[in-house]
Order: sequence, then structure tokens, then C-alpha cells
Amino acid sequence: MRLPEPRGPITEALQSLRCADIGVAVDHVTAAVDSHTSPLLDCDDAQLALWLLYELHYQGFDDVDPRAEWSPAVIAVRGHLERRFEAELRELTRVEVEKRLNIEEPIADRLFAMMSDDDSPRLAQYVQREITTTQLHELLVHRSVYHLKEADPHTWAVPRLRGRAKVALMEIQFDEYGAGRAGDMHSTLFARTMTRCGLDSTYGAYVDVVPGYTLAASNAMSLFGLHRRLRGAAAGHLAAFEATSTLPNRRYAAGVRRLGYGDEAARYFDEHVEADAVHEQVAIREMCSALVSDEPECEPDVLFGAATCLALDGLAAGRLLDSWRGGRSALLRPMVELAPG
Amino acid sequence: MTWRRRSPRSVTVTVCPDGPLLVRGADEVIDEAGVAHEVRRPCVALCRCGRSSLAPWCDGTHKVVTEEAAKRNR
Ligand code: FES
Repeated sequence: MRLPEPRGPITEALQSLRCADIGVAVDHVTAAVDSHTSPLLDCDDAQLALWLLYELHYQGFDDVDPRAEWSPAVIAVRGHLERRFEAELRELTRVEVEKRLNIEEPIADRLFAMMSDDDSPRLAQYVQREITTTQLHELLVHRSVYHLKEADPHTWAVPRLRGRAKVALMEIQFDEYGAGRAGDMHSTLFARTMTRCGLDSTYGAYVDVVPGYTLAASNAMSLFGLHRRLRGAAAGHLAAFEATSTLPNRRYAAGVRRLGYGDEAARYFDEHVEADAVHEQVAIREMCSALVSDEPECEPDVLFGAATCLALDGLAAGRLLDSWRGGRSALLRPMVELAPG
Repeated sequence: MTWRRRSPRSVTVTVCPDGPLLVRGADEVIDEAGVAHEVRRPCVALCRCGRSSLAPWCDGTHKVVTEEAAKRNR
């Protein structure tokens, strides 16, 4: 994968990563960030900047020196973006977190209640009943940002947890990575679904056309995973992700089949119905419960992580539905222009 | 429903309130009809609510059941 195209002054200032020099001009980038006064959550440029800075820790870029990952200048710039991003996420979820904090109920019950009270736009229903082939392809392109590295962001939390919480997380992650079978890795299953739908399943192939709100959902996971301080949020995020998966994935599988794609294309979604019915229980009842009882100071962040997952998924669902119902593409360049040829 | 094991490890069963049974260490799950289902993940969830479309596995449908019950009691 090559470094994505710049989208504005922040990613423009990060283009120097392509050069042999492993640094970036910190002042230059921070000035570009500071001149952006509206929320970074809604800024395509800032979210792409964060995404590419995080990506240095995952698969990297062919045209960036791998040592850039730990360059102090690069870390300084990332920290500058992260401080504002985290503050915005905390503000976005403050009411939800405060509502569930300090009440005399087991954390598992509070987390399950948060999920069942969630009234995000009904994307899954739309996918099941109405989505068109082009829109399905757009959805897969959006989802590819995370699903082609599925499970990786939460894996950062493994060495940061202890005891029962660590064991529970490892059990989930082992299953995510195919339970010992490379062909069953969830990221591999997703790649197969993309291929079956005629899309390019190369890692990062579509990042240039994915809007900031989808990158933000991936960035939040990387933020939580890469900071030990935020291990509670990583756990809470995973719990919410798993616990909002089974029912929607059943609808996604139905939508994929309605459009005439076969079982092979639907398998990724089928697998998630079965796997996540297990994972949601393990993540909430075992991982989060153990973490909160062993390290009570993590409790607010468990709720923060879970609420962030729901809020960002809800935001993305709303944007996707608005675009499609309005007859527009939900990508920065419509799917037809991306057709190979 | 019964489960069978071939390897010398212990099988544990954990009850999830209003949800499935988590079973670890089993090799097969045999359903009411006597059909054996291979266990292919480190932990499996067995449906207890009787509404799963993936029986014997849980598919999350129990949440709809509990929500309906909660609404009736409101
Ligand atoms: S217990 Fe989960 S679907 Fe029946």
C-alpha cells in the first residue's frame, strides 16, 4: 500500500513521510491542525491524517520508511491530533457514560442495557430489504477499512490487561484469527466476500475514497488499543462491537443473498452471527466484568469505550443512509468511477 | 442436549443470565435429534431460549425475547 492522497493541509503536511527523511515538520502539521477549528471528528483531512499515522503501526506503506513508526516527530504529531480527537469522543459520549456510571448494578447489566437502549439509524434493516448492488459495494468498501485488519486494534490491549480479562480477550481474538485455521480468519473471510462481489480486496485499496466518519471509527479503536491508559476503553469498545453484531449480521447476510450473491459471499456475515453470539457474552460477562472488578479505576473508560463504539457506528449509519436515500454515493468518488478498466 | 469429549481436558459450562450456555472443552454437541455438531471454536454458546435459527448454537435472538418480555412487563 502507498501513502494515500492528501485531502487538505494536514495530510498535505504529512506528505514529507514519502521522502527518505523519517521525520515530519511538527510545527507545520500542528499549525494545520490548529487552524482547523470545527470538530476533527467531522474532518476528512484530520481523520485521514490519524488513520495514516496509526497505519504505520499496522501494515505500513511501501513508500514510507518503516522507522517512521517510532520517529519522535511522528509520535508528537499523532499525539497532537489524538488529544483533540479523544476530547471530542469524551464529549460525544459524556451523557451516556454519566447515566451508567455509579449505579449499583453489575457492569455486564449496564453494558447490555446500553446496547438495547441504543436507537441508532437502522442500517441493517436497509441492507436486508432495500440496498442496491452498488450501495452494497460501497458498504463493503467502507467496512474494508476495519474488516481487512479485523481484530488487530483490540489485540494491542492483550499485554495491557491482566488475569481473567486477558484470558477472555485472548479467547475472543484467537477465534477472530480463525481459531488456528488461516482460511477462517475473519479478515480473510471479509476479503473473500469482497472478491465475490467483484471488489479489490487488497489491504488499503479504497482508503482514498472513504470519508472521514468511517476512518474515525477505525481511528477510535487504534487510539484505545495503542494507549495502555485507555485499556478500559479498548475492552468496552470491543464489548459493544461484539454485542451489536449478531442481529445486524443476520440482516446483512440476507441482503447479500437477496442481491443474488451466494453462500460464499454471505459466509463472512453468517460466521459473525455464530461467533459474536459467543464473543458478546465473553467480552461483557468475562472480560469487562473481570477488568472492572480487578481494576475498578477502568470502569468509566469501559463505559466510554462502549459508548464511543455505538456513537460512531450510529453516526456512520446515519451518513450512509442519508447518502443512499438521497440518491448519492457514500464515497468521495462514486463506485462507478472506481470500476477496474 | 449432551456433549462429548475425546481429549483429556475438562469441559466447563457457564450459564449466562437470560442468554446461552457457554461451553468450553467439548468436541461435539449432540442435539435433540441425535445429530452431532462439531465444536470449531475455543468456546461455543448453546441456545437456551429455543428461538435460535442456528440451533444448537445461540444466534443472539434471545435478546429480542428478553426485550419483548420487558415490554410486556412495563
Ligand atoms: S439463547 Fe441466544 S438465541 Fe437462544
